[in-house]
Amino acid sequence: MMERLKRYFRPEQLRELSLVFLIALIFLFFGTQIEGYFSPRIFNRVTSDVAIIAVVAIGETLVLLTRNFDLSVGSIVGLTAFAVGKLLTFHPDMLPIVALLSAIGLGAALGLLNGLLVSFGRVPSIIVTLGTMAIYRSTLVAYPAGTKNVVTNDLPQWILDLGRVQLFSIGEFNIRPVVAGALVMFVIFQLVTSYLRFGRRLYAIGSNPEAARIGGLPSERIVLSAFILCGAMAGLGGFMFLVRYGDLTPAAAQGMELQVIAAAVVGGVSTNGGSGTMIGALLGALMINLLQQSLLRWLVISDFWVDALLGMLILVAVTIDAVIINRLRNIWSQRGLETSPVDEKKMIEEESPDA
Amino acid sequence: MRRLEWLKSWEGLLLAILIVIVVLNTFTTPHYLQAQNQINLFQLNIEKIIVALIMTFIIINAEIDLSVGSVMGLAGCVMAFLFERGVPFEMCLLAGLLTGVLAGAINGFMVAHVGLTSLIVTLAGQIGYRGLAHVLLENRSVGNFPDWFDRLGQQPLVGPFPVALITFFVLLIIALIILQWSGAGRYVFVIGYNREVARYSGVNVRRVKMTLFVMSGVISAFAGLLLAARLGSMRGDTALGTELEVITMVVLGGVSIFGGTGSLFGVLLSILIILNLRNGMGLLNITGEIQTGVIGILLILSVLLPNIGRGVREAWSRRRRVQRIRVEE
Repeated sequence: MMERLKRYFRPEQLRELSLVFLIALIFLFFGTQIEGYFSPRIFNRVTSDVAIIAVVAIGETLVLLTRNFDLSVGSIVGLTAFAVGKLLTFHPDMLPIVALLSAIGLGAALGLLNGLLVSFGRVPSIIVTLGTMAIYRSTLVAYPAGTKNVVTNDLPQWILDLGRVQLFSIGEFNIRPVVAGALVMFVIFQLVTSYLRFGRRLYAIGSNPEAARIGGLPSERIVLSAFILCGAMAGLGGFMFLVRYGDLTPAAAQGMELQVIAAAVVGGVSTNGGSGTMIGALLGALMINLLQQSLLRWLVISDFWVDALLGMLILVAVTIDAVIINRLRNIWSQRGLETSPVDEKKMIEEESPDA
Repeated sequence: MRRLEWLKSWEGLLLAILIVIVVLNTFTTPHYLQAQNQINLFQLNIEKIIVALIMTFIIINAEIDLSVGSVMGLAGCVMAFLFERGVPFEMCLLAGLLTGVLAGAINGFMVAHVGLTSLIVTLAGQIGYRGLAHVLLENRSVGNFPDWFDRLGQQPLVGPFPVALITFFVLLIIALIILQWSGAGRYVFVIGYNREVARYSGVNVRRVKMTLFVMSGVISAFAGLLLAARLGSMRGDTALGTELEVITMVVLGGVSIFGGTGSLFGVLLSILIILNLRNGMGLLNITGEIQTGVIGILLILSVLLPNIGRGVREAWSRRRRVQRIRVEE
């Protein structure tokens, strides 16, 4: 019984399952507290916001998997949103796809700088991204002298529509393009991290950088690509941010990096690298945002509690990870010691088909 | 010749940079070298440099504390919150300091006893403590503290020196004695250099780490109260982003981010560099946000340059070794 359970079930899944359960609990609880909580309007709000955080969190997860940090994503989101907003203000007849690609391109370029410094400059990622967080933000403040803000009225109509139209709807609940985009990204990166060689190498580097290097993995290049992808996703997040809000100040998306890291960590992505899934990051983003949006509408306590709760949530999540999940993992890994000789033979055959 | 050897070290480089900045500043702004400007230069960043002292200990110990800015804000907000509700002012100050003890103890417990990495613990602290500060003051600004408190923060106490500056120098001397000349200081270095070796040698690693984080909390809280005195009021977002500059000061001062090496002398030099740089930029009317960007560049360069230097040196010695082998052959 126990053996079968172990085979079909992993500790990580237990964690994801408990997150789903918690999200359902939050959802039901606030449903009884807030009037019209299950209405399409709130559904649209929450899904649009989750979409932005989730997209950036997916990129951040790639970096976290390699045992690195990217604290500059908030600034990248702000900078790309602002730059593309300005670009569209001055060239309103620009093709939508060009605007989207330039956002992703700018994000990737900023990620490239981070990645180069980390992988080839051998500067710890925490130092690099703490620095670039300030640098990117101050570029944003310094650049458009005089006309500080991006205003909705200056933007072309299509970008405003993009945030409001429905792609398709299930009953009364609309799926907006932003949400659909985030879901597509999630599916792509879930597949990349589970099946592609690049994805598996991210885990290998994160769980033991030294072994990965000795094993001949091109660690520098892989870490660099993780940072570029993270930047590109933050760029996409910036584009979505612009679509969602329209009006921007130089402080746009300030502090988003903390939310994003919180989402990943609550979703079970380890900051020690090498473990975590995209679905976890997505669930983490959903949970944090649902909590935020709900507290905003709940009249019993003020919404200033959001950040305090967020900090506590991260601590609880990492403590559970350290205390419970690790213990479970040990129980699970003991299976390897008890395998029967037949199994072992089979395993060897499977590993080397040409032998 | 032997004596000049240290000029080639990191501290020597810092000293050279400092001299260049001071000379540049003297030429660009005439009143730069006046005593009042020099005191102002310290006074405007006094809280950060006080926190940088304890951060030096933490980073040498191979940990990091990202929550210092939030603890500063929270301590000030607790003090202001209680003051607003008519609690005697001395009690408010005490409560502010106790907040720091508590915040530091939570960080320390999670790192030393639960065994989590300090990066994620103090990141959670950064969000959480800042959140609590916002809960207490919401979006109000609380001021009108007693006159003596404001005066303490804004006016000189002995001669031209304000109380915060005197405190800084006293703390600097204490820190110097503890870190460079005492047994406790040796423990801080040893644990940072190799935690396992320290543990097997009978060093109480948990207690040292716990003490450091509690001290970090108390000193940050103290700095937060000094900031409240200097500004005359508190808001939920006071001292936001302080950790960037504090960590820059320490890392630029030659303390390895991986722990185990560094000196307070280097940190002092880097503090002087950053203060003078900021002062110079301020006198040239460069805005605060851009100054922060420059500090960010400095932070990255302070780790990147030694790495490049090491790379070049290794390449050199490899070449020399190859040449020697060829000659022997």
